[in-house]
Amino acid sequence: MDAGYQAKQLKKDAPAARPSFPRVNWNWLGVAPFFLFTFLFIILPASVIFVGSFQDLRGNFTLDNITGLFTPYILNSYKLTIQVSLVTAIGGAIFGFLLAYAVTIGGLPHWVKSVLSSFSGVASNFAGVPLAFAFISTLGRVGLVTVFLKGLGIDIYNNGFNLYSFWGLALTYMYFQFPLMVLTIIPALEGLKKEWREACENLGASRLDYWRYIGFPILLPSLLATTILLFGNAFGAYATAYALTGGSLNLVPIIIGAQIRGDVLNNPNLGYALALGMVVIMGLMVLLYSLLQRRASRWLK
Amino acid sequence: MGFLELNHITKRFANFTAVENFNLEVEKGEFVSFLGPSGCGKTTTLRMIAGFETPTSGKIIINGEDVTYRAPNQRKIGMVFQSYALFPNMTVADNIGFGLKVARKPTAEIKERVKEMLLLIHMEEFADRYPYQISGGQQQRVALARAIAIRPTLLLLDEPLSALDAKIRVELRNEIRAIQQKLGITTIYVTHDQEEALSLSDRVVVMNKARMEQVGAPFEIYNFPQTPFVASFVGTLSILNAEVVNPAQGLLKVDGQEFYGPGGLEARPGDILRIALRPEIVSLKETAADMNRMNVQVQTITFLGSVVRVQVKLETSRMFFDLFNNPSLQLPREGENLTIYFPKSACLVLGK
Amino acid sequence: MKRFWSWLWIALGAVYFFLPLYATLRFSLMMKKGELSLLAYEKVLTDPAFVKAFVFSAEMAVFTILVSLLLVVPTAYWVHLRLPQLKPVMEFITMLPFVIPAIVLVFGLIRAYSKPPLLLTPSPALLVMAYCVLAMPYMYRSVDVGLRAIDVRTLTEAAQSLGAGWPTILFKVIFPNLRSALLGGTFLTFAIVIGELTIAASLAWPALGPYMAVLGQNRAYEPAALAIMSFVLTWGSILLIELVGRGRGGLRSDQLAGTH
Repeated sequence: MDAGYQAKQLKKDAPAARPSFPRVNWNWLGVAPFFLFTFLFIILPASVIFVGSFQDLRGNFTLDNITGLFTPYILNSYKLTIQVSLVTAIGGAIFGFLLAYAVTIGGLPHWVKSVLSSFSGVASNFAGVPLAFAFISTLGRVGLVTVFLKGLGIDIYNNGFNLYSFWGLALTYMYFQFPLMVLTIIPALEGLKKEWREACENLGASRLDYWRYIGFPILLPSLLATTILLFGNAFGAYATAYALTGGSLNLVPIIIGAQIRGDVLNNPNLGYALALGMVVIMGLMVLLYSLLQRRASRWLK
Repeated sequence: MGFLELNHITKRFANFTAVENFNLEVEKGEFVSFLGPSGCGKTTTLRMIAGFETPTSGKIIINGEDVTYRAPNQRKIGMVFQSYALFPNMTVADNIGFGLKVARKPTAEIKERVKEMLLLIHMEEFADRYPYQISGGQQQRVALARAIAIRPTLLLLDEPLSALDAKIRVELRNEIRAIQQKLGITTIYVTHDQEEALSLSDRVVVMNKARMEQVGAPFEIYNFPQTPFVASFVGTLSILNAEVVNPAQGLLKVDGQEFYGPGGLEARPGDILRIALRPEIVSLKETAADMNRMNVQVQTITFLGSVVRVQVKLETSRMFFDLFNNPSLQLPREGENLTIYFPKSACLVLGK
Repeated sequence: MKRFWSWLWIALGAVYFFLPLYATLRFSLMMKKGELSLLAYEKVLTDPAFVKAFVFSAEMAVFTILVSLLLVVPTAYWVHLRLPQLKPVMEFITMLPFVIPAIVLVFGLIRAYSKPPLLLTPSPALLVMAYCVLAMPYMYRSVDVGLRAIDVRTLTEAAQSLGAGWPTILFKVIFPNLRSALLGGTFLTFAIVIGELTIAASLAWPALGPYMAVLGQNRAYEPAALAIMSFVLTWGSILLIELVGRGRGGLRSDQLAGTH
């Protein structure tokens, strides 16, 4: 290719020249209402919380609210909330994964998968007050299962179980946690190509080798991402916990709820900092989630 | 005795037969292609050799050992898949070394072998890339290296080029053949592309509807197809419905013009036979003595690059032939009357 | 052997799913001593407070759906058509309601809008707006996926080249193709809003969620009946989503709601 021809090619490929004066882009007007809404009802309240976290009652800058978070009462409530979220996220992830595995790779008939997906869709949306009622009817002090087991001579409430405590709440949260795992991990399991397993076998690898070097590492980002999703799901949950335990468990959302109704912390601005702490934790989770998702989709495409 | 023997292999699934009585002996170092339309059983046969399917009946023998019921991971067979099937979570180097790693080979040995393989496929500088960072053609070369790295007794390629662009396909095709010859590895190659099968193989197995149609060198398959299916599947043909005049002499007639096919036809005078002609065998000059001749009228002329395809008409029958292109070629004109010539041996009888 | 474990997990899952439902159903039928009856349901349905709360929540749901549709559909369409460079920003914004839990959101809203000149807390409009925030991720994603599937730009240009005006393009070309996405988003929003507790209780509205919560503290059998009714409602909404989404993969994980 001679130089002249090349130059001609270059010229042809160059974008058409544009007029150089700046023009108002009217296209932006089309999205203005949405951005206004976002500003008024998401950004503004979030900013109020952010600003309030660093102000004292007279509006002066202070870090007292932030340091106030590091008192035993509030630290414990964060710890409890994180524990409930972690336990239900990991428990839900494991149980959900086993179910999803059973219907995708576990050799069950195809209809089981569609039935499981449908039920999971319903169960993951069945939450809040009615869910609490359902578990009270089942495992409450006069719940059906409690009474039934008592008839067999097993008094679960005498053996340390209490629906209105940590483990009761965790068991209840699991009802919407594991179905969410099922729904998000089925596509990932289906993304494992049959050829990978075959190529693996061909190269002399055992079943265990396959899961160790290929199946599990490929699924790992999706598994972690979904676990984070479940964590966030439980971390922000208010309605189920409130309806189940009233105010007896010191979860962060419950304290914020109480703070809204009356200043239970004896410091209105500490409430802001408490809320800010939740947003920061959730923000970190979402960041981690999108990083992991990006990796997962890169591999599975 | 061959290096790979397939004895009376049959595979039946619940409601259909995928492979019926397949028999083949492959010599050590031989390159054999399975050629046929999709669903003809070629891939199923390959998967039985690999061990992913078990034959309903018959035996698979590799190097004197019966492996019919052996697990795939005990066979030491390298396989290359149509979809590359590279492990997405591993780098190119880790993919290539995977077979050695699960065989618990020392790290130094794996490293050495991987380097050697990268050199073989000319991808030394891609060792640390991930599969999604390289092109389809490169991925397939890595897949090939991965299969070869374990020093397999047998290399199986399942339509390895069909997901690639035309240009890369030809490039990689030549590379596969060069590597195979260099290593002398016994290879089975499954494809539906006749050009690939003919250009690569020592022998071609043409399959159709679960059965083997013909086995032979590419030259034989193309020039002496033994069944109507092989004749029509391999290469392009023009087909004439001709009336038998004298079966013993092979004299035939189409639209009133007589010509000779092979003698000793198994037909009675008055029968209609389907006669096929390869388009490249017809010429506008009598290049040898005693050729068939026919008077035809030109209908359309299609320029295909290296050849020019001419569609002609007798009275009602149509046929076409190819002229090799060169800048001084005198193209016939549409509507022009021509006389065409072809050798008597060129007529392939496809049956009634 | 492999199948045995698979069935075992499925069986465990089924027990987890159905046992609470069965227990609740049984419980809800035991209000009359010694026999099964629908008395609890009767009590709930004839309670004027329930009817009022239900009607109020249903109204809020309808407003929320209308406002979200008006807000999300034109924006998503416009972004696809004219401002594709804005897509990452939109993804980020629609993630925000997940980052800011409902309880935090309502806390911020109350503090921002409880004093003049921005006095909105006494108006149900604030409740509807808060619900729109909750529903936004699901509504936006539903519509976004729908728009992705139909290649808006080409469809719009094809319609324009055939001489169609904007009303024709929107109502005859774009909306019919988005039907299942819009219906999916609508039902999901309804399911989210109808029993919502956190925001309604914090803003002190007599909605269904707070009504149920109070009932749960004072009664035994009626809450069980309410739980069953609300389960049927959830089931109905999801079933409708699956029905309208059939052929497009049914329920997707991005359509999962939560006011847990």
